[in-house]
Amino acid sequence: MLAERSHLDWLESEAIYILREVAGQCQNPVLFFSGGKDSICLLRLAEKAFRPGRFPFPLLHIDTGHNYPEVIEFRDRRAAELGERLLVRSVEDSISRGTVRLGSENQSRNAAQSVTLLEAIAEFGFDAAIGGARRDEEKARAKERVFSFRDEFGQWDPRNQRPELWSLYNARVNPGEHVRVFPISNWTELDVWQYIARERLEVPSIYYAHRRPVVRRRGLIVPVTPLTPARAGEAIEEVSVRFRTVGDISCTCPVESTALDVQSVIEETLVARLTERGATRMDDQTSEASMERRKKEGYF
Amino acid sequence: MQPLRFATAGSVDDGKSTLIGRLLYDARALQEDQLAAVERASQRRGVEGLDLSLVTDGLEAEREQGITIDVAYRYFATPRRKFIIADSPGHEQYTRNMATGASNADAIVLLVDVTKGLLAQTRRHLEIARLLGIRQAVAFVNKMDLVGYSQEAFRKLDLAGLQAIPGSALRGDMVVERGDALDWYSGPTLLERLEAFQAGAEQAASGPFRFPVQLVSRPLAGQPRGYMGRIESGCVLAGAPVQVFPSGKRTVVRRILAHGAERDIAVAGDSVTLVLAEDIDISRGDLIAEPAQPPLETRALEVTLVWLGHEPLRTGGRYIVQQSARRTLARVSSDALQLNDIGQARLALHVPLFVDPYDRVRATGALILIDEATNQTVAAGLVR
Repeated sequence: MLAERSHLDWLESEAIYILREVAGQCQNPVLFFSGGKDSICLLRLAEKAFRPGRFPFPLLHIDTGHNYPEVIEFRDRRAAELGERLLVRSVEDSISRGTVRLGSENQSRNAAQSVTLLEAIAEFGFDAAIGGARRDEEKARAKERVFSFRDEFGQWDPRNQRPELWSLYNARVNPGEHVRVFPISNWTELDVWQYIARERLEVPSIYYAHRRPVVRRRGLIVPVTPLTPARAGEAIEEVSVRFRTVGDISCTCPVESTALDVQSVIEETLVARLTERGATRMDDQTSEASMERRKKEGYF
Repeated sequence: MQPLRFATAGSVDDGKSTLIGRLLYDARALQEDQLAAVERASQRRGVEGLDLSLVTDGLEAEREQGITIDVAYRYFATPRRKFIIADSPGHEQYTRNMATGASNADAIVLLVDVTKGLLAQTRRHLEIARLLGIRQAVAFVNKMDLVGYSQEAFRKLDLAGLQAIPGSALRGDMVVERGDALDWYSGPTLLERLEAFQAGAEQAASGPFRFPVQLVSRPLAGQPRGYMGRIESGCVLAGAPVQVFPSGKRTVVRRILAHGAERDIAVAGDSVTLVLAEDIDISRGDLIAEPAQPPLETRALEVTLVWLGHEPLRTGGRYIVQQSARRTLARVSSDALQLNDIGQARLALHVPLFVDPYDRVRATGALILIDEATNQTVAAGLVR
């Protein structure tokens, strides 16, 4: 009798297959690594796909300059442990070049990432960029192919996506174009945490409960930092929180939590009453189609 | 257990969006912020309470037109198993997206409005699902509340021999809960039916062993060469005899490596690395298979094509063929085929492919055609 395969085995196997297709089809791929939980899973999957060999791609982080220091420290340490090349390109440099223009110093740099990202892809001539986006995160992502074509302007055309049948992925592009590849498309937030538990993966400390000064604003818990100070009239509280998703400081909010370890996070995820992004993202809440519009412009 | 992937067919008018919304709602797969968004959208449209059809809202253009243009994937779980829904468009002009959604589906749920019967669009969806080898299908006969839950109205329908479940997505009858209006029906609810279907790898495990080589690892520190790929059909044991194509050479599997660990056996769906007893020249696109049941080697292939390109087929024209991990060129002869047409074609191949009939082994019987100039995927092909 064969050992029963768990759903995690199946998801893992599919993701490894996808990563190996990138290596087999693409000349110059890259993997987005932010230090966040989804890309941490991607790195483990890449180890399983390619070890004992080296990864057939470097890692790339687009640094908005507004990141939690714990995450940046983790990012650098993890890349060093793996012995893989980490490239960092920063929104700050795009601002210096004049390709990103912000209304004010403290404005969210989340959307500006797209510019820096496309500049990095052009600089290195990447023909494929692997990311940790998941279809369960958001309705525009729910529509996306596993191999998702981007034209010479880095644009996604959701109304005219390439057909994608079976596991026959078509990564062919002309110079200047690229594909985005999403090996964990079919994973949910719960799958990610169960995988982190099964593989005993380390994640940055802010994914677990810690005390932090926050204010409550429009149903979200907004961390108080030099970048995101309390507004007049807001009461600062110290609350036990964790981050469900980690991105630019200016648009990512934690949730109340007492989960000090991965099992407790899984338990909280099982009974969560808000979606991952609904509970935490200011950038998705500006309109019904925020993510769709950002993605069309080249956002990850 | 492998998640069950199922596609949904039917039009918005049949209540497809409401059915998916109902399934997710009653399976408690919707969170408060999603429900709040649905409530806000319902109010904007002047609907009292929750309009569950708004749960599956997708792209801006889809919201404007009230249709599904491209497949959306949704996820939910019951205590018994996980599910992936491929919420697929039904309009003929979006057949390419429907085929994308159906190609990986293990089952299909067809939605039928009891007052209208099986619509042409839904029949076409069923036809494509059957062409793509989906053997597990169920019809959900919706809007039973509009006919007073009449058994007679349900019995009268011609449903092309499909197993059918009467119900109401709007009221929640026979989706997840049984409700109390359909006492005369003793069969499963839709969710119970879905829980009992078989997933793809469970089916593929009983086929002949097929292992397309995706990558070859370089020998490192005295380690022998490894061949990386996913078992697409059947299973393999350490020590089993295998044959490698195109060379035709036979050898045995020395080791099966799964991410550092050694295994005695690997089955369909497993991504592994195989180490063979002899050093054979093998590269990406080669196929490792079972010598007792070899694939068919051919340079002239008879296929059924579903044309997905905006430009019509250039008969006698040259296209790239991608089949498992292999790519070659083909001249395609066929009758005229335009977007969304299905027809028979003959491919004259530049180098041989190693195939099985699609009905026997999906992974080695499926191919796509790619336009060399635009890189667009222009057709899906099934080996006859």
